[in-house]
Amino acid sequence: MTTGSILSVRGLNIQFGSRSVIQNLSFDVDTGDNVAIIGPNGAGKTVLLKALLGLLPYEGEIRWSPGARLGYVPQKVAADRQMPIRVHDLLAAKARVLKLHSRSIETVAAAVDLTPEVLTASIGTISSGQFQKALIAFALLGEPNVLLFDEPTASLDELAEEKIYDLVERLQQEKHLTVVLVSHDLSIVYRAANKVLCLSKDMVCFGPPREVLTPAALEAMYSAPSKYYLHRRGLEPMQSDKVAEHD
Amino acid sequence: MTDSGTIYGVILALLFAVAAGLVGSFALMKRMILAADVISHVALPGLGLAFLLHFNPLLGGGITLFLGTLLIWQLQKKASLSTEVAIGVVFAGSVAIGAVLTPKEDFVEAFFGKFEQISGFTFWLGALAIALIVYFVLRFKSALILNLFSPELAAATGIKLNRLNLLFLLVFSLTVLIGLRFMGALLAGALIIIPAATGRRLANSISRFLLASSLASLLAVGIGFLLNAYVLHNLSIAPTIVIVSALLFGLSLIRSTA
Repeated sequence: MTTGSILSVRGLNIQFGSRSVIQNLSFDVDTGDNVAIIGPNGAGKTVLLKALLGLLPYEGEIRWSPGARLGYVPQKVAADRQMPIRVHDLLAAKARVLKLHSRSIETVAAAVDLTPEVLTASIGTISSGQFQKALIAFALLGEPNVLLFDEPTASLDELAEEKIYDLVERLQQEKHLTVVLVSHDLSIVYRAANKVLCLSKDMVCFGPPREVLTPAALEAMYSAPSKYYLHRRGLEPMQSDKVAEHD
Repeated sequence: MTDSGTIYGVILALLFAVAAGLVGSFALMKRMILAADVISHVALPGLGLAFLLHFNPLLGGGITLFLGTLLIWQLQKKASLSTEVAIGVVFAGSVAIGAVLTPKEDFVEAFFGKFEQISGFTFWLGALAIALIVYFVLRFKSALILNLFSPELAAATGIKLNRLNLLFLLVFSLTVLIGLRFMGALLAGALIIIPAATGRRLANSISRFLLASSLASLLAVGIGFLLNAYVLHNLSIAPTIVIVSALLFGLSLIRSTA
């Protein structure tokens, strides 16, 4: 395993017209890190992720190490689910574009436990949880060593959400992945992330969760009294462990 | 009905049907039905000029088709300008300009097309263009599927979306152009759309969809020609083909949703 920096961001600026979304952002990600990006709506979390993927124009420097292969799981796919596309069609399409062996489809399907029934089902007929798994399988094609997730469980109920996060953790361990994850869910951040990047209009912080996520910092970031209560695994959740999404 | 010019014309029409089915399948999924109608209609001013000044209608239609394609591509890219409104303007404007320019005696031919005998050269040229269209759809099938599913994921996979969209539109226009002469400007788009709608009713995977649309298109053109030759003795073939195509679509409705 190589270690050391896999991503270096320096002086990143992103603008939409006259509106500045990200200003002078710098941080480093090391191989094997699990970085959580948090912040209120409109703070530019998704925008940052897309810039990291090279999907948006930006100023400043985003430098991936030469061996980095990126896999991306978007927040939502606006696709018309009525299209006659089966899950397998999608995976096969990406495999063909990347000129991968067709066996790689079975490999990624097995990695996320996609059953043959789901593979041959139309994308319009599978559940949100299965759909999310299919998107992760899609991202895994091409054997990425970095996975970028944009709120992978935004549309799921808690049980399905738990399964997806378990899956992500398992994949990270099995495949020695670096993970960059946008999340609203602070309990996930505590559980899985070793670094947190918080984005908001007024402040930016970066570091290990327990150092960065102080109640004062959360309050400042979300500009509202924190609804978050830290609980450890195994304890009953006392209250909603999600930060209010509507600010 | 046995001379080679007629046979060439019929074979080319059948080949065109296959291309129209393939291209139409993707046009349907891209929700480009309105654009399909516009593209065929922007041929009208060019056709009108060609009839007026006595040069090859395909050349005239081709030029305005090409310009219309670029226009639509630009509108798609800059969608903040309401694409629908702009396309609506182009559509109506084209029909009106075409109607003004086209001499009265050529009206029916410009709008509804005319089946005619074609030379060997024209046949091979058309066959080559159709081969190009089929090659494009099969070669870029995967990239097109990814782009349909999520432009973002397609871009993240390394697909050049701008180039792909332009190529698709050009192939789309080429398909319309080939159909223009015998289907006419009003109905050239119909053979791209209706068989695809039929195919969509009958298929639940991409490959079956492409196959079903092509077959539906092929059947419509084949049955249309037979009807015209032996039953209807009509001047323009296009309305017959489109009616058969629409009837096939009606039949597909009997089957419960795939």
